[in-house]
Amino acid sequence: MDYEIIVVGGGHAGCEAAYASAYKGHKTLLITSNIKNIADMPCNPHIGGSAKGIVVREIDALGGIMGKVADKTHLQIKMLNASKGPAVQSLRAQGDKIAYPKEMLKVLNSLDNLTIKEGMVEDLIVENKTCKGVVLEDETKITSSIVILTTGTYLASDILVGNTRTRKGPHGERPSNNLSNKLANYGFKIIRLKTGTPQRIDRKTIDFSKTKLEPGDNKYLTFSFDLEPCYKIEEQLPCYLTYTTEKTHKIIRENLNKSSMYGALDDIKGIGPRYCPSIEDKVTRFADKERHQLFLEPESKYYDDIYVQGFSTSMPEDIQELMVHSLPGLENAKILKYGYAIEYDAIYPTQLNFSLETKVLNNLFTAGQINGTSGYEEAACQGLMAGINATLKLEGKSPLILKRSDAYIGVLIDDLITKGIRDPYRLLTSRAEFRLLLRSDNADLRLRKIGYDVGLINEKQLEKLKNKEDNINKLKDFLKNNKLKITDEIKKKFISNNIEVPSSTLSLEQLIKRPEISMNFLSSIINIDFDEEIKEQVSINLKYEGYINKAIKEAQKMLKLEEKQIPSDIDYDKIKNIASEARQKLKEVRPQTIAQAIRISGVNPSDISILSIYLRKEYPYES
Amino acid sequence: MDDTIAAIATSAGIGAISIIRVSGNEAIKIVNSIFKGKDLNKVDSHTINYGFIMDKDKVVDEVLVSVMKSPKTYTVEDVVEINTHGGIAPTNKVLELLLKNGCRLAEPGEFTKRAFLNGRIDLTQADAVMDKINAKTDIQNDLASNTLSGKVSKLINDLRNDMIQIISNINVNIDYPEYDDVDIITNEILIPKIVNLKQRIEKILKESKNGKIIKDGIKTSIIGRPNVGKSSLLNALIEEDKAIVTDIAGTTRDIVEGQITINGILLNIIDTAGIRNTNDKVESIGVEKSLKMMEESDLILFMLNNNEVLTDDIKLLIDKIKNKKYIIIINKIDLETKLDLSNIDINKDSIIKMSLKDNIGIDELKEKIMDIFSINNIEIKDPTYISNTRSIAILEKCLISINDIEEGLNNNETIDMLELDIRNIWEELGKINGTTYEEELLDEMFKRFCLGK
Repeated sequence: MDYEIIVVGGGHAGCEAAYASAYKGHKTLLITSNIKNIADMPCNPHIGGSAKGIVVREIDALGGIMGKVADKTHLQIKMLNASKGPAVQSLRAQGDKIAYPKEMLKVLNSLDNLTIKEGMVEDLIVENKTCKGVVLEDETKITSSIVILTTGTYLASDILVGNTRTRKGPHGERPSNNLSNKLANYGFKIIRLKTGTPQRIDRKTIDFSKTKLEPGDNKYLTFSFDLEPCYKIEEQLPCYLTYTTEKTHKIIRENLNKSSMYGALDDIKGIGPRYCPSIEDKVTRFADKERHQLFLEPESKYYDDIYVQGFSTSMPEDIQELMVHSLPGLENAKILKYGYAIEYDAIYPTQLNFSLETKVLNNLFTAGQINGTSGYEEAACQGLMAGINATLKLEGKSPLILKRSDAYIGVLIDDLITKGIRDPYRLLTSRAEFRLLLRSDNADLRLRKIGYDVGLINEKQLEKLKNKEDNINKLKDFLKNNKLKITDEIKKKFISNNIEVPSSTLSLEQLIKRPEISMNFLSSIINIDFDEEIKEQVSINLKYEGYINKAIKEAQKMLKLEEKQIPSDIDYDKIKNIASEARQKLKEVRPQTIAQAIRISGVNPSDISILSIYLRKEYPYES
Repeated sequence: MDDTIAAIATSAGIGAISIIRVSGNEAIKIVNSIFKGKDLNKVDSHTINYGFIMDKDKVVDEVLVSVMKSPKTYTVEDVVEINTHGGIAPTNKVLELLLKNGCRLAEPGEFTKRAFLNGRIDLTQADAVMDKINAKTDIQNDLASNTLSGKVSKLINDLRNDMIQIISNINVNIDYPEYDDVDIITNEILIPKIVNLKQRIEKILKESKNGKIIKDGIKTSIIGRPNVGKSSLLNALIEEDKAIVTDIAGTTRDIVEGQITINGILLNIIDTAGIRNTNDKVESIGVEKSLKMMEESDLILFMLNNNEVLTDDIKLLIDKIKNKKYIIIINKIDLETKLDLSNIDINKDSIIKMSLKDNIGIDELKEKIMDIFSINNIEIKDPTYISNTRSIAILEKCLISINDIEEGLNNNETIDMLELDIRNIWEELGKINGTTYEEELLDEMFKRFCLGK
């Protein structure tokens, strides 16, 4: 055995997987086609965003590295949805496409048990439905107990521009030509997906005076629970906002047949992401919309490329020139890189177990875009989970499975393997039915202990968590046990802040529960000697107590159904009267619990009733 | 569910024809084995075939046999219906022959159970079939039919569809906070939408309660001191001597039920043992029951004796009925008036003077009942109401959530928090027509259909 774990691919999933494995002391090999592309950001330059920012916090809470690397290298950071409720607030940082990969490589290089090797994997070593290593294109064989595939968009990928199709990966890198065919031969169902990227513009040729400034927040923020902010607020680089014009739309409409996706290529098989449509899609689908927002985002402080977020296209280059020059501020812009669409292979994710080990081959795990997701954060969290579960398997322990009520990571993995996908999967806040429990602010309270149990969080980090928990309880007690006496002076403060003066003496807890009284206001009239973080946590818990309790109740209902196990040997053909579509889906997904079965699309409540009746009859002691 | 079941599908008694329904894998084969005419194994599906039911060589009845092959049948299985010439004897004889030749007698509701388990009807529809089977009045029957045709489902689906619009709109705001070119849902935009939802749920709920009255009837209890004439009133109402009437106080120890219809609405009348303190053990159980029954009733008929002075315990009892719908009946007005209600705090409009002996006041009582329950105003032409208790409970829960949302709106709660409640209502409503899975539903099914036996 050459290695314990081989990770194929050095993108965001591969980095987390290799880190987790090596950090835990397992002899690990990371194979990438080009070391320069470790932790590459081939598309948009930001980390986080709605829901995704919470995932980065969860990765950090569990002991992954994305958050720390982003904290050390970003160009600006802000809290999204700050004016909305705590459940939907999420961090978004503008990454640096030079500094981020450099910092990531530094972290990986610091691990004793990790070897990084350049190479192109074209096959697996498979014996008895078990993966035992990889085969490189020069036919070198490398053996291992476990292989984790994180191949991103590099499986049989084609770059599409106008009427051209070229077998290439992002940046014109070489893709793996044969691996997806081999996977199909081993029994995997392969699907073809598509995504796209917009132009990069020379910063010096943009007239930013015609755009709107989008600065970072005026408040220090971090993804990581371990780091102090390592940037200066005033040194953050801004983004800029501009819009498409009627002229832009006219150019797109008149040249639509030249776009790869709208007729220029007649062999498009890949399904593009609904949640990240091309500009052609937007103009066609929302024909009555006068303009679409475009964000001009810096890619790095080390070079001049500006990313045109929202303008992804597969138009030929001459049309792209016209399109870009129709945008306010970009009339004279110089395009450094043209936009393109990319088609690639992925495995259909219902072929995975909750651990991310495949059902088709033992000891083979997959994570990231190969599982049909889109986005750096979605990839990273799967990489982390695959890495954790691969090590747990080596150690003879049961896998770490996060539930939908535990983490966004749990929502993502459950969605993938239970519902399958139609287009590249993006995590959204609205996918999380228990989002009130899965907040950015409490990711450590939810998951740090788990990170410690699996061996990625150390004693010192755990100690910090316990301190936080203690302080939260102390502040809760303080608010409960102390009353606010309404003196004339305090009365004045209420009145000057336009807040109704309490008619009787109330406890601080009762006061903070009032919607119009903030922790800040309370702190201004009475000394509350706790960290901001603690105050925020307690304030959220008290103010939203009713909602949170409702969410907990709903979660418990789901967990009760999660307890209703479906025996793994169940023969769905023996259950009469289940609708044929439902039967096919049940056979494909093979849900482990009734709760999971309910979430399968195409399985209706009446099918679940019949399944439950069958279970009660056939397995009276199990369900 | 492998066996073939049979039962008489028409109501017992002497009608023009009776129908015997057979369902299961062997339905056609079994009927064919006792049928003389075409070979039923070879006829087309959904055909009516003339012939005779034979007991060996003897003709039992001249019949029409409908053959309906799976899956387009009520139960989704092969179904055969035998139209006999009626009369209890030949119909029973045909059924007997079927049972002898391999059919099993269907349990009550078993055809419906099969239709449900085979996915042909959803639970609300199954519920409605059971209601239809048990329907005692025409309006009950209409109500069940409307539920069966999926009108309730549509009502609920319309509501849910409107909600999903709101939910998805809010979700776009949450999921794409960077984009300001999508419609931003503010509290001001949300308020009228929520008010509209509230009004619609309230309307369904109000009509549902009427629907429940139509379906279950009005539970009416007759309360009063011993020998005030409670059993006589019951008898006068149901016009038959169901309760034992004597002039010995305390004769009625058990609760006796009778039913009448007033303008198509069913009144379930419960006669109670007189309420008084007693050392008689049997009767004190009756008193306890009566008090409990009073609590559970939709309407209380409180009887007083015109010939008796009000006692303190009666005053106390009158106090107990005040938060219910009630009618005060002063019986025995043919006798000397000793009763004085002038100092009692009751609605004077609710008093009816009666003499059961002289048949005075019964009609007035019926009218008063119609008045109280607005029976004349209950829309009986198109009762699309939701009538089972479980569904009404769900609607009431939804209304509480709607009120929470309104309160949240007034407190300037953010829309993402309010969305949680809206989504919750959306889920709950789905339980009414079975689009949201609910474990408790399964228990309900087990109860209704004797599943698993």
